[in-house]
This record gives sequence, C-alpha cells and structure tokens, in this order.
Amino acid sequence: MAQIRVENVRKDFGSFNAVKSSSFTIEHGEFFMLLGPSGCGKTTTLRMMAGLELPTSGEIYIDGEEVGQKPASQRDIAFVFQMFALYPHMNVGKNISYPLLSQGMPKVQVRKKVAEIAEILGITDILDRPIGGLSGGDRQRVALGRAIVRDPKAFFMDEPLGALDAEFREHMSEELRALHDRMGATTVYVTHDQLEAMQMGDKIVVMNHGVVEQFGVPQDIYDWPATKFVAQFIGSPCMNFLDFNGTVGKGTETVHLGGASIAMPRLLDGESGALTLGVRPEHVHLNDAAAYRGEVVATEYLGTTQIVTLKTQHGQIKARIPSHVNVRAGERTGLDLDARTLTLFNASTGDALRSEANLEVLNHG
Amino acid sequence: MAEVILNNVSKRFGSDTALDGVSMTVPDGGFVVLLGPTGAGKTTTLRMVSGLDVPDAGEVSIGGRAMAGLTPAQRDVAMVFQQYSLYPHLTVRENLEFPLKSPILRTPKAEIDRMVGEVAEVLQISHKLDNKATALSGGEMQRVSIGRALVRNPSVYLMDEPLSSLDAKLRSDLRIELKNIQANLGATLLYVTHDQIEAMTMATHVGVLDKGRLVQFGSPREIYENPVSIYAASRLGQPRINVLPADVFAGAPQRAAFIGLRPEQILQGDGQECFVERVEHLGDQTRLHLKFRAHDLITVTDAHTTLAHGDVVKIQPANPFYFDATGARLV
Repeated sequence: MAQIRVENVRKDFGSFNAVKSSSFTIEHGEFFMLLGPSGCGKTTTLRMMAGLELPTSGEIYIDGEEVGQKPASQRDIAFVFQMFALYPHMNVGKNISYPLLSQGMPKVQVRKKVAEIAEILGITDILDRPIGGLSGGDRQRVALGRAIVRDPKAFFMDEPLGALDAEFREHMSEELRALHDRMGATTVYVTHDQLEAMQMGDKIVVMNHGVVEQFGVPQDIYDWPATKFVAQFIGSPCMNFLDFNGTVGKGTETVHLGGASIAMPRLLDGESGALTLGVRPEHVHLNDAAAYRGEVVATEYLGTTQIVTLKTQHGQIKARIPSHVNVRAGERTGLDLDARTLTLFNASTGDALRSEANLEVLNHG
Repeated sequence: MAEVILNNVSKRFGSDTALDGVSMTVPDGGFVVLLGPTGAGKTTTLRMVSGLDVPDAGEVSIGGRAMAGLTPAQRDVAMVFQQYSLYPHLTVRENLEFPLKSPILRTPKAEIDRMVGEVAEVLQISHKLDNKATALSGGEMQRVSIGRALVRNPSVYLMDEPLSSLDAKLRSDLRIELKNIQANLGATLLYVTHDQIEAMTMATHVGVLDKGRLVQFGSPREIYENPVSIYAASRLGQPRINVLPADVFAGAPQRAAFIGLRPEQILQGDGQECFVERVEHLGDQTRLHLKFRAHDLITVTDAHTTLAHGDVVKIQPANPFYFDATGARLV
C-alpha cells in the first residue's frame, strides 16, 4: 500500500501544455478519482504517476520516494486500461499468472496465488477458457486479476468501465468498489463520468484545462464547489446559476435579485460587479408566497422525484421536487432558495467567494 | 402526422428470435420510447416501421396505410441515428436543404429557404447555417441531423439513441428541446434508448421489451408505479428496485415469492434491523447499501446522513410490490 504525493507537476507536449502545476495527495488505501472532461489532463496526470510519461517539471512521491523520472517498471504499480489489453492467445489462467511467471515465482506458488485471485474475482470456473469467448465483464475481471496478482503498491485505472454498457457498468463499478474495500489497495481511477466518481471515490480531483480545480471528499465538492466549472461539472442536473450585477461586502448575508432579498451564508469576501448565485436543484423549493418568481417551462418525471425547469429574470433554473406535487408548464410560482446551501461566485473569474459555510472546504481543497 | 400500428409482428434472424408477436399502437402525436437492454428488440422494431427490415409475420401500418412491400422512401418516415451521418462536405444549410431538394419533391426555392429558416430557428442553429457541418460541436451536429429530419415533415419520426453519444449536460438540454419540439409540432415519434432517464422524461408512452416481446406498454408513471413484472419494474428507477424473497418480511400474500421494494417503499426507523455496508454520497441523495439477512438492499436517505459503515438501521416495507415465482406481479 502506498501514499502518493503529486507536487507542482507540469507536462508539455511540444508547445501544448497538457497539465499545469498540479498538486494533490493520495493517502494509503484510498480510492481516488481523477475527474474531468476529455482533454483536461487527467489521463496525462495518471500516466505521469505510473511512469508512462515523464513530467516536464515537478515531483511525484510514492511512499516518500521521489519517482518522477523513474520508468514504470521501477515503481511497483499495476495499470488497468479501458481496452483490456489481454493476451489473446493465452487462456484466462495463463493471462493472470503471466506477471508472476515472468518475475520468476515458483510454479506451485503461482498456482496457489492465481487460485486465490480467481476466487476473489469469482472467475474460478473460467480459468481454462480462452480469452476470445469471454463477455466484456469477464474480460475486465481477468484484466483486474492480472493487475491484482502482483500485489503492487497501487492500482492505476484509466476508464476501466468505459467500454461496457450502462447496466453492466453499474454492476461492475459496485464490484470494483467492493473489491477495493476487501483489499484496501490504493487505487487511482480516471473517469469523465461524474456519477461514477461520486459513487466510487473516497476523494476526487476535478481537473479542467490542465488545472486542478478542486480536490476533496465527494459530498464536500458537491456541496461547496470552489469554481463555477466544478459546480457545473458535478451533479445532474448541475448547479443552477443566477447571474446578476451587484456589490457584496464582508459580512453580507443577503443578496438582492430583481427585487427579492435572498438570504445566504455570511460572506467572508467582498466583490462588486458581475456575480453568480449558485443553487443546487434540490435546494430550490416551489412556494407561491416567495418573492422570487419564475414561470414553469417543463417538467420531467423521474419516479421518486421530478425536475421542474423554470424561467426567471436571471435565466433558467431547475428544481428537484417530489413527483407527487402537481406542476404544469405555464404556471407562475415563487421560489425559495435554501439559504444554508447557497454559493456566490465571481462571474468573471468563476471562483467561489468564501463564506462561513464553505470556508473549511475551500481552505482544504 | 399519423398513427403507427404494429400487429403481431415477428422477426427471426437465423435461429434467433428478434421479435415475437409484437402488437403496439403509437398514437398520433405520441412520443413512444422503446426500452430494454441490448438484444431486447428495440432497434429491430424501429427497422420494421422504417422498412429497413421486413417482418416475417404480422403487419405494420402508418396512418391507416399498410406498409407491406413499401420501401423506406415510400413510407414517409424520417430517421435520426446515434451517429449524426451529416454530409461532411456541405454546410449546415445544405445539409438541411438536402432532403427537400430531392427531384421527386420539386420544392420551390423560396419554400425551401422558409422551411430551413424555421427549423434552424427551432433548433437554435440559425447563426451556424453557413458553417461546414464538420466545424460544429457534437451537440450542434446532432441538432442538424434532427433538423434534417424535421424539414421533411414526415408522418412519423424514428430515432435510434440520438442522444447517446453526447455528454451529460448536452443530453439533458436536448432532452427538453426534443420534447418541446415534439409537443409543439404534434409529431408522432418512435424512439429507442436504453437510458431510462430519457424514457421517463420525454415519453408519453413507454414500451418495455424483453427478448423480443412487448411486456408492458403505458405512461412512464404507470410503469414506474404499477409494473407488471420484476423485469418491467427493474427498467425504471435509480437505484434499481430491490427484489427479495417474500418471506423476509411478515405480511406477504399467499402466492408471493418475491417482494419488490423501491427506495420510497422502504421506511427507515422502525421494523427489522439491517447492517449498513456502505454509504454512497451522490450529492443530491445518499445511497445506503444495506445487508439484511444475507440479502443486499439499496435505498436512499438524507444527503447529509450521519450513518456510516457498521451502523444498524431499522427498516420496514410500505406498500411494496409482490411477485410470484415467475416474476409476474401479484395484485
């Protein structure tokens, strides 16, 4: 098991800057997610940690040892790719035992180890099968087995479930997480799927354009995003933004939006100019008596809840409310925004203003 | 616009039965979503209506007209696929005009301009009309391909996972747009997806397919709140419905073999003790993975719950579904 520290790591490909000065720490036994849209630098970051790319500058520590310029083979990590990359001419058992045999482990020991891993992954009965006839899920299990069998310090996975269909993906992500809980191995996992990241991760790094936007526990990042990008990338539907012009000072506890006063956590920063008030859909409540008004544009039924899209003078806003509430398109209604959960952003930089509510999370991430 | 009727349609590919006696009516102005896992027969159904494939048995009719022997071109249908398949060497405008410029139609130039302008307006791509089709983002390309179907004003639109290749945010925007367009035009739409959110949010009717058979047909709410089987109940709802042996809780009716519990059918605080295996914070909701007498159970709880691995919670069913040994619902 290992602690991994990434410090000021930068990567340039020719004149293209893929990763700008990233720093974060992955603790022993954590399931750690690198999350971001395509092209954000998450895979490049993972490949640098693995030794498949060398950083242009900065340091990478695995268990305190600086490995930034070392080749992958000297880092004692295992990599699982999206396209399983199994040996097509070998059967399942041979694929899994290959890393051990090439290390020179005695045959008897190898057999025992492979049996043990097959048991964990539930693939004991297919050890003699050729790779060709296996389902996507079984192939992924074999690829995992080949990674686990070496007992590496850490597992690196690059969208390992990306090639599977939605239903099976859900199943495999649970299986993967349960496997991690049993083995407790440090795992770094790259994905562009925010739900997968929230679901599986102990911690998340959110990247965009080569920059680490925020780093922390999933619920903290969801509740208190550091930037508008994070607020929009995480959550489905994402955080609502109400754009307005105004001035807020240190200690402000209400903002004025088109004649309505909206209470929010006490601010610790001030700003004047273009501001954005951010509110999650589940914190928007329909209340006829509320001063802030909106007109219902659409409703989307989701079973337990429904998403109501409303038009306001500051743009569209979505509310998540119980599905038994009767709402019709065209209706005008008031909107209560849950004061404890609001975040104010500087609209031009996209950064969240610090308040008493998000201070702890922002100072940490 | 027109009604589409499938009457007892069957189709085999070699020894595989792709469709097995499917009868279904897509009402005039309806938005029907076919739902099911890979291989359930969704796309095959669509191809029967479009004429890209012909049924081995049964009939398809569109607007009262029997389709037997008609080619796709003669059926007056428009299709949108997951892959946009735009003409890469043409501009957005030329792509949209293309179906209207067919020599058979002889549409006057002014009429073409008017229709293209209108559709571009609806899809919010007016400012991109003179761009090359390849110089667009994925969402814009899919809008253009939907637009190319709209300009033809066919009797029915057939769409095969048109939003699947888009990212999450775009998908949710286009969902609302597509639904609005359909509602405003009063268009008849047959739509294939395996994304249950698309089915729930857009459909007037959902057809649940299982191995080539249509097992339930109704509004999303009907299927969610009144499923006919375990299979149908499992199609909608996230997290998925929990299915346990009926005898784990008291009060099961006689023939019940399984009890089905959606998260809202599990009351917390009273009843049987469960062990908290894992707490999953998804932001807006928190999922509890529970262990109950060797059964796994997933339910949702308050987003900021203090529950953690190792805690014990009490649960009891509230108006659960019961199913017999074959998985059929008992009512």
